[in-house]
Amino acid sequence: MSGNVVNAPLDRRRLLTLGGGAVAAGLLAACGSNTGRTTSSSTSGSGGAKPALAQWYHQYGEAGTQQAVEGYAKAYTAATVTVTWKPGDYDQSTAASLLTGSGPDVFEYGNGPTIDMIKGQQVVDMTDAIGAAASDYNDAVLKRMTYDGKIWAIPQVIDMQLLVYRKSMLDKAGVTPPETIEDLRTAAAALTKDKVKGLFLGNDGGAGLMGGPMLWAAGLDFLKDDNTFGFDDDAAVTSLGTLRELFTSKHLLLGAPADWFDASALTQGLTAMQFTGLWTFPDIKKALGDDFGCIPWPKLGSASAGKKSVPVGAYGSCVSAKSKNVDAAKAFAKWLWVDQTDKQLDFATAYGFHIPSRKALLAKATTLQSGPAKDAAQYAVDFGHAQSPLLWTPKCQTAFGDMMSKIVKDGADPKAQIATVKAVAQAELKRVAG
Amino acid sequence: MFVGPFVLGLVVFIYVPIIWSAYLSFFSAYNTVTPTTFVGFGNYLDMVRDPAFRSSLGTFLVFAAFIVPTTFVLSLGTALLVSRTRVMQAFFRSVFFLPVACSYVVAALIWKMSIFSGVRFGLANTILGWLGRDPVPFLSLTHPPWYWLVIVTARLWLQIGFYMILFLAALQRISPTLYEAAAIDGARGWQVFRWITLPQLRPTSTAVILLLLINAFQAFDEFFNILSTFGTYPPYARPPLVYLYYTALGQGQDFGHGSAGAVILTLIIAIVAVVQGRLTGIGRAVD
Repeated sequence: MSGNVVNAPLDRRRLLTLGGGAVAAGLLAACGSNTGRTTSSSTSGSGGAKPALAQWYHQYGEAGTQQAVEGYAKAYTAATVTVTWKPGDYDQSTAASLLTGSGPDVFEYGNGPTIDMIKGQQVVDMTDAIGAAASDYNDAVLKRMTYDGKIWAIPQVIDMQLLVYRKSMLDKAGVTPPETIEDLRTAAAALTKDKVKGLFLGNDGGAGLMGGPMLWAAGLDFLKDDNTFGFDDDAAVTSLGTLRELFTSKHLLLGAPADWFDASALTQGLTAMQFTGLWTFPDIKKALGDDFGCIPWPKLGSASAGKKSVPVGAYGSCVSAKSKNVDAAKAFAKWLWVDQTDKQLDFATAYGFHIPSRKALLAKATTLQSGPAKDAAQYAVDFGHAQSPLLWTPKCQTAFGDMMSKIVKDGADPKAQIATVKAVAQAELKRVAG
Repeated sequence: MFVGPFVLGLVVFIYVPIIWSAYLSFFSAYNTVTPTTFVGFGNYLDMVRDPAFRSSLGTFLVFAAFIVPTTFVLSLGTALLVSRTRVMQAFFRSVFFLPVACSYVVAALIWKMSIFSGVRFGLANTILGWLGRDPVPFLSLTHPPWYWLVIVTARLWLQIGFYMILFLAALQRISPTLYEAAAIDGARGWQVFRWITLPQLRPTSTAVILLLLINAFQAFDEFFNILSTFGTYPPYARPPLVYLYYTALGQGQDFGHGSAGAVILTLIIAIVAVVQGRLTGIGRAVD
């Protein structure tokens, strides 16, 4: 779930097609399927036919993106690349199509392939495609796409989340941008006025969004470096408990018409500070001019190992192991997402507001040379954390989300809740890594 | 001959997936629909032991126990009122039926973002404001569970019209002679309803209750679209299908556990339906 991909509305019928539908898709694959791949023109004799590749993207919201990626594909001469632009439930339909022979050759996937795709050998190792350029990619993002010492996807473009504030409101209240979580609470209280709340962390009070940042603030993480459970710790109890205190303080904005991924709450003056995505910067700038600044999520002052953080995510370009032209597909992915830096820069900055995944390109991005945007780009390098680790499976994520909701909304005991998640996560880790 | 294409469609898109799903539920099937590791009832045990799944089943038993009679009474009531009215009958019928034509997703978004949004200018909060109350963040709090108000009103608004039409059709099939005979015998108001209308409606009532039950357990659309936020769904008011979507059938691609969960849900619906059929006598000849 990187970036500005708002959940596509989903209904029951489409859900039910996911399980059984994967089967139906397999059956239908035999009866002529349209993968978007042009049929390979193998008739030409001596010239040597170019391989035909199908490349899949999810539907980006920004105008011009589709034309841009089609243009990139056309510019590639070593293969005939056909771009398929897939609206709707991209992750699910792509994952299902990988089970069949009718999937894409090259496809993007949020934060790289899932651990089950890697374990299921549905995607191929991309380490040699990235090669020496690896050190130039954002560390947090590349680490997220690495398993067993191998890189499984090439990061395309980075999205990030951070804390944005109205300068004028802070000045008026005599508040400086907070350095610690404790400062943040004081600031939220000071900034809460008649019709303005101090802080907005999403309509669920940050239960869905702030779990990771609160762990990082305490110097912890979902998993330790050796892939064991990472937050069975008193600092996590304190940190997550703080979120509950904020929730009951009446200084948090709750129930805004547009949730945290939209800047309306900030621009309409419903809140003075908001945790949101970098993608809202053009909207904020349009509405507020220079009256805004941004900071990373603060650290927990009481935790000595606490660190500031920003969640970063990136779609990664992967190659399906079921592709009939794995080498050609890898060559294309390398060409576009490693070699063609001008296209990467264009993709990151010309349509939506993103950060190039390669550090060397930051200095070349005209959109990131001044003001809050420049700060944000640097935060992604200095404080970036992948939203959740590769081994943190959907099942762990659901248990974690349940824990967050129960702590923040119901005031459940963080220690007991962490123990519940630990049990689920350890079983999953055993299954996945074992 | 004529049903051939339909039967083929049914087989390919309904029966094969159902049977395959039952087959998958006995295997460890991560990211594959052609699994090789047989686990027997392991997936079922895991699902039954999973407290989150149990709690979602429990929640929806309670939900069904509430929503089925409520929708039944309200749609029957509306049907009675509309069938009695002498003026603008077509208008009232259409007005109550109209919400049925509305998408669950669209209705859910309207309920969430305009009517029950938590800020002072949401419709419900504007009304509370007139009464001098503070705005309520309906979907953010769990104490008290205001979110049920949002979900239940959305569901009632969407569903009542459809069942009203079923009842209207049934009401019009009741022979007027029965009412005339009852009137001659001196039956009035409630007596007529209890001893003439209700018994005559029994085949329709049974069908309506069955449909409502299935609908309640299959809840997904409005719950998902009202309560989910960006990749997460809170642990309360979580329909079993939504839970399966998040843990197994969506990004997880854990078809073994997902199918086991779906089979359990199907069995519950089947058992409740059979029990209800026994109690109310579906298929029994009308006396």
